[in-house]
Amino acid sequence: MPTEFNFPDTAAKNASAAPRVAVARGDSAQLPPQEFEPERMSLSMGPSHPSTHGVLRIQMELDGEVVTEARPVIGYLHRGDEKIAENMTYNQFVPYTDRLDYLAPLANNMAYAIAVERLAGLEVPERCQAIRVITAELARISAHLIGLGAFGIDTGAWTIFLYTFTEREKLYRLFEELTGARFTTSYTRIGGVARDLPEGWTGRVLEFCDQFLPILEEILSLLTRNKIFMDRTVGVGVISKEDALSYGLTGPNLRGSGVAADLRKDRPYSGYERYEFDVPVGSTGDSYDRYLVRGEEMRQSVRIIRQAIEQLPGGDWYARDARRIFAPPKDKILSSMEELIQNFMIVTEGPQMPAGEVYFEAENPKGALGFFIVSKGGGVPYRLKIRAPSFCNLSILPKVCAGAMISDVVSILGSLDFVMGECDR
Amino acid sequence: MVTPNSELAYNSKIEGEVVVTRADAVINWIRSNSVWPMPMGLACCGIELMGVGGSRFDIARFGSEVMRFSPRQSDCMIVAGTVTYKMASVVRRIYDQMASPKWVIAMGACASSGGMYRSYATLQGVDRILPVDVYVSGCPPRPEALLDALMTLQNKIRKEPATRNLLRAQ
Amino acid sequence: MPANADILPTLQAQFPQASVRPSADHPALDVPASDLLALMRTLRDTHGYDLLTDVTAVDWGAQRAGRGTGASGSVALSAANAESAAQPRFTAVYHLYSTTAHDYLRVAVACTGDDDAPSVPSVTSLWAAADWHERETYDMFGIRFEGHPDLRRILMWEGYPYYPLRKEFPLAGIETEWPDADVAAETRISVKPAPMAGGPFVASSGTMNLSEAEPRAKDESWNEVSEKPQSPA
Repeated sequence: MPTEFNFPDTAAKNASAAPRVAVARGDSAQLPPQEFEPERMSLSMGPSHPSTHGVLRIQMELDGEVVTEARPVIGYLHRGDEKIAENMTYNQFVPYTDRLDYLAPLANNMAYAIAVERLAGLEVPERCQAIRVITAELARISAHLIGLGAFGIDTGAWTIFLYTFTEREKLYRLFEELTGARFTTSYTRIGGVARDLPEGWTGRVLEFCDQFLPILEEILSLLTRNKIFMDRTVGVGVISKEDALSYGLTGPNLRGSGVAADLRKDRPYSGYERYEFDVPVGSTGDSYDRYLVRGEEMRQSVRIIRQAIEQLPGGDWYARDARRIFAPPKDKILSSMEELIQNFMIVTEGPQMPAGEVYFEAENPKGALGFFIVSKGGGVPYRLKIRAPSFCNLSILPKVCAGAMISDVVSILGSLDFVMGECDR
Repeated sequence: MVTPNSELAYNSKIEGEVVVTRADAVINWIRSNSVWPMPMGLACCGIELMGVGGSRFDIARFGSEVMRFSPRQSDCMIVAGTVTYKMASVVRRIYDQMASPKWVIAMGACASSGGMYRSYATLQGVDRILPVDVYVSGCPPRPEALLDALMTLQNKIRKEPATRNLLRAQ
Repeated sequence: MPANADILPTLQAQFPQASVRPSADHPALDVPASDLLALMRTLRDTHGYDLLTDVTAVDWGAQRAGRGTGASGSVALSAANAESAAQPRFTAVYHLYSTTAHDYLRVAVACTGDDDAPSVPSVTSLWAAADWHERETYDMFGIRFEGHPDLRRILMWEGYPYYPLRKEFPLAGIETEWPDADVAAETRISVKPAPMAGGPFVASSGTMNLSEAEPRAKDESWNEVSEKPQSPA
């Protein structure tokens, strides 16, 4: 295609145009008054990467550089997960949970598995619970790391991203050893996990924790007292306690606003009551508080992981008595007719569930990830609703962006730390 | 940097610091080693794309570390993730804004074929709206797979009749 | 079992039309749409349910019409049936959470109106969170939330003609026009049903039961804990 360059006649234009720079001091009465009238305009941010968080679009009405109205437009990653779930057996849906919050698939896997187990009235053994806790907390670290890295990019600190990604690569190695995949792990099954921990894996997790904490301090020290970072986050995007509750915020965003709500403490699941950890809470609810909360949560996650590994019980890693739900071990499938039939049925028909309705929320890195399952019995959910924390966390954008500057919007987005795969489902 | 390009040769019979080559060879050599990606990170694959940009896999080794979020400045759109119908028009518009010559890598199962999302909302392969040069399998592909795709694309670029295309465009 | 189960009698005393809804975990209530707002306000203001965690809906239509639920690629858009007048097809489901007592409560409301335009009162006046949740439910089911300030589609694009989570809507989708006319003109493309290749290959919810067909699978006398007895002597 031929390319044409039409350089405007700059000299002629300069001669005719009014002076661009107004005199700040002096006889301002000579200037026409409309020179100072703020310009109103509409600006569409996204959906191709408004910040570093995926496909979100924000339509903004601007008054000069101040945002008067922000209307988020979502759905650019709506893939129909809930409809797909109605056409899948419970086990077949596990890989789709990976791709909800694709920054912390292991935590999603666990939340989904527990929701279905609640429906079945199934209790998994302690070892399985502890394995799930370890993986979920590792996932929390990896999710917060990327949140931090992306927040860094949003506020102009590229270095953070390189640091956090280096750490994530170490986590990926651990995930890969455990599950066979770097981050689309599909590790849990209904009634257990896919396989037991590999030999020596817990030791490598502890090694990771040991070297991670000093690096985390280093990463955080690059931001916490950083003048530019503080200027862009302190007092920006303040969310009051009342607003946070009214908009249904959960997770670090709710805690950043000073509500000490953490489902791991308040409604312990998967044996979280056995571990000691603190719930960090912000005081003012600005972007900086949310950043601090995430930083502290990573330290607490390391604490939980260490305790879980220390107390890691032996025994089964899947519910043995759940023969309608969890496929028997491979050697039995290959050697016995009954187990083969059982495996065949679980694969073709799905784990057999009673009829009923359950709702379970787990404290995921982004907030409370809920699954509402309506079952009519059989191996396929009749209705599966995913309550996505990012969806609720984003709904506050119009409120919190109104009155902010354009560049603050980017910082607010970074601090809300959402992920669109989960928001749009 | 030395490349395995046999057409770029120093001829000792010609005096002075002169290298004799074909225009195609030198243009493609330049283009293939500075493919600036337009990271169309839509979903999970976008995270692996970021991983490729990170220090461990280091896409800079292939001259492609300059991730440009402006389509005007980029040569190769890496469609990383599920393209939904709602997003597809946006992807197409961004592609239209890219300056020629331009290439497209469909990263991952979703971008290549719709992948595991056979549903009412998902475009079944980005090649329905864009010409795709390289498909990468995987859900998500490993970073090595994306680097391999980039090298495949570089090989493809090196075979293009760049001069003829330029002259035809004039 | 729920610690806050005793809340149900209290609420029932106050709202005699409400009834206890069967639930596998949290306490649950069925209320008529007319009582919804008053009940929700009571729950928020006097019972401490300060967080509206979720709003969604369930479509019972296909089942009440006696059809299979998922898995079918056929398009059947005439969902109106005689039964639905007696049993409303759509139920809106709310989940509330108390950040102080740490308890959940489920409230279910049968939608009023006919199948094409079911409706429930909006709770946006009580929780700002309801705004997006209700828009999503409207987008997916076509349920109108009366009093919602801005009831538009949120996940699908504006102008999409169907409600995807209704049971008669096929997973693969239905051919429609491309959302943007200019791109459609350029690429000559439309929204097409996804290729299913005869799939998805699953049993549908609550219909087929292979354990009935395979008697050996019914034997519950052994499992992984208590070993299977050796072949009968």
